Amino acid sequence: MSFTESSVDVVGGKVQLLKDGSGPPVVVFHHDIGNPGWLPYYMELAESHTVYVPSHPGYGKSERPEWARNVRDIAGIYQRLLRDLGLNSTAAVGLGFGGWILVEMATMCHHEFSHLVLVNAMGIQPTRGEIIDQFLISTLDYVRAGFASQERFADVYKERPDVDQLVTWEINREMTTRIAWKPYMFNQAMPHLIKAVTVPTLVVWGKQNRVVPLSCGERYQQLMPKAKLEVIDGNHYLEMEKHHELARLTKSFIAGK
Amino acid sequence: MHLMYFTEQPMSAYPKAEGDRYGYTALLFPNKFFDAAEGSRLYNERLEEYKLVEEVGYDGIMLNEHHTAPFCMQAKINICAAILGAITKRVKIVLLGNPLPIADNPVRLAEELAMIDMISKGRLVSGFVRGGGVESLQANANPAFNRERFEEAHDLIVKTWTTPGPWRWEGNHYQMRVVNPWALPLQKPHPRIWIPGVSSRETIVWSAQHRYPYIALNLPIEESKNVWKIYDQVAKESGYEASPAERGYLIRCHVAETEEKAIRNAREFMWMQGEFTGLTHPVWAAPSGYLGTWARRAMAELRAGYTHVRGVNASLERQMQNLTLIAGTPTQVVEKLRIIMEETRPSILALYGNDGRINHEDSKTCIRLTGQEVLPAVREIGKKLGLESPFDLNTPVSLAYSGVQPPKPAESAAAAN
Repeated sequence: MSFTESSVDVVGGKVQLLKDGSGPPVVVFHHDIGNPGWLPYYMELAESHTVYVPSHPGYGKSERPEWARNVRDIAGIYQRLLRDLGLNSTAAVGLGFGGWILVEMATMCHHEFSHLVLVNAMGIQPTRGEIIDQFLISTLDYVRAGFASQERFADVYKERPDVDQLVTWEINREMTTRIAWKPYMFNQAMPHLIKAVTVPTLVVWGKQNRVVPLSCGERYQQLMPKAKLEVIDGNHYLEMEKHHELARLTKSFIAGK
Repeated sequence: MHLMYFTEQPMSAYPKAEGDRYGYTALLFPNKFFDAAEGSRLYNERLEEYKLVEEVGYDGIMLNEHHTAPFCMQAKINICAAILGAITKRVKIVLLGNPLPIADNPVRLAEELAMIDMISKGRLVSGFVRGGGVESLQANANPAFNRERFEEAHDLIVKTWTTPGPWRWEGNHYQMRVVNPWALPLQKPHPRIWIPGVSSRETIVWSAQHRYPYIALNLPIEESKNVWKIYDQVAKESGYEASPAERGYLIRCHVAETEEKAIRNAREFMWMQGEFTGLTHPVWAAPSGYLGTWARRAMAELRAGYTHVRGVNASLERQMQNLTLIAGTPTQVVEKLRIIMEETRPSILALYGNDGRINHEDSKTCIRLTGQEVLPAVREIGKKLGLESPFDLNTPVSLAYSGVQPPKPAESAAAAN
C-alpha cells in the first residue's frame, strides 16, 4: 500500500498532507529542511499506525502564510488541522524544528496529544553549546552537517543534489527566516511553559548531534513533568540514518511499553 | 550637472595573507586584523581629502555605509556627514545611503538627519538603501523582511519630517508610541532623497514611483540604458516625464599626471572588487529571502557553489575597455566620460576617485586634477547635452510634493543664518 497525498485548506491556506497505514494515529512534524518524501521511518510506523505527515505551512508544497511571524503561528494553524482531521488524542512525533512546533502546540492545548516524541527538538535555548546557525552557511552545508554518514546523505539527496532540491531547501529556509530569525531557534518562554505539559513525552537525542546540542534534550527532559530521555548513537537526522531504532523506540513508547 | 566625489574609505591595511587564508574578509573575518592606529590615520586623511574636494570645485561629497568588512570604514555615515556639515561650507553632503532595514528606530535616524541638515545649513541629500546581506546579518535584522522594513522606515521618516507631532505609528515592522522629535530638517518639505542601486528592478520601480533620482552604481552602459528604460516607463505610468534630473551615475575614475601612474593606481580598484564580490560569501551577500522570488533559483545554485558570480575576474583592461573603470590623465578621462554622458545622460555624476591602497598624496593629486581640469570640461559637456541637475532645475523633492517647489538652497542657508 502506498501513501496518499492531499491538499487541505487550513486557516486560509493549503497544507500538503501525506498519509498511510492503519491503526491508531501518529502525526509526524518534519525538520526545517522539509520532508524529502515517504521515508522508511514513516513506513515502519505505518505498519501499526495511521501516519500523517503534513508539510509545514510555507514549506515544500504547502502555501506560505505571509502573515506568520513566529513558530507559534504555525502551531496555531496546525491545531486547527488536527481538529479538522478529528485527531483529538493522538500520538505525535516532532523532528528537530518540527519538535519545536509540536511543543508549542502542546503548551497551548496538551489534551490533543496522547504521547509526544521529541527527536533532536529545537525550541529551547541550549545551556551548553549552540544550535548551528544555518543562516551563516549554505543549505547544502547545513543539511550535510546533520548527517553522520555522507554516504547516507547521498542516498537520500544524491551526491550532488538536483537544483530543484536546492530550490526546495531555499523555499523552506525563507520560511524559517520569516518565523525563527531571532531569537534563533528557541522561544525564551519555553522553559516555563513546558512545566505545564503533562503529556507522556519521550525525548530522543543523537549522541553526536552537531545541529542541536544534547543540553536542549536534557532541558526538555528535566523541565517536562512526564519526560524521559533516550540518547542513541547518531547525528541530527535520526529518522533518515537510524530509522529502525527510532521507529522501535517510537512504537514501544506509544504502546506504553 | 551635479558632480560628486566618492571613495569607499577602505581599511586596506590588514594582512592580505590572512584574508586569502580565510577565503573571505567580511562578517566572520576576525577583527583582530583591524589596526586602530591605521584606522585613525585613514579617517583623518579622508577628512583632509574631503576639504580639498570642496576647495577644487566639486558640488558634492557622496558617502556610503557598510559593516564588518575592511572594504568600507564607514560604520555610520551620519557621523561622517555631521563632521562634513561643520568642516565644509558649500558642497552637498550626499548620503547613499542610510541602510533603513537595519534600523530599529527610524525616528532616531530622522532626528540625526535633521541635525545634519541644520548643521550643514541645508546641504543634506538623504539617500536610503536596503543594505547588503552582511548588514542584515551583523545587525540581526531579518533579511526576509528587508524590503518591507525599507519601505515602512522610509514612510515613517518622511512623515516624521513633514507631519507635526505628536502622533503615533503602529506599523507592520515599526511601532512608535510617540513621534514628536524636536529636531526637524532645515530644508522644506524635507531633504532630497536619492536612491542608489545596482539594477534591482524593484528598487528602480520604487524610486521612479516616488520620483526619487536613481543613482546607477557603476553599471556598463547598456545596463544603465536598461535601468532608464524601466525608470522612464514607470515615471510615465506614474504621471510624469522622467528627465536627466532623475538620472545619477557612479563611475570609478582615477586621474593622475601620467597615464602610467593612473593605471597603476587604478589596479587598487581590483583590490576593492575582490573584497566586494570575490572575498565575500554568497550566503552572506544575499541571505535567503533578501531578494525576490525571481532570484531564488539562481541564488540557490550560487550559494551551493554550483555557479559563481559573473564578472568577478574581469581584468582591469577589460573593465577599462567597457568603460566601467576609467583611469588616465585629465584629457583622457574627459573623453571617456563624454561617451558615458552622451550614451546615458545622467545629470548627477559621482566620480569614485580613490580606493584600495592608493596613498594620501596620490588621492589628493587625483582630487586636485579632477577638480581643476576634469570637472570644468564635464560641466561644458553637460551643458551642451542639457543635463541639468535637480538643483539646477529646483525640481520637487518627490512626486508626492510635486505641487510644492522646495526653497532654493541659498534661501535655506539664509534662513539658518
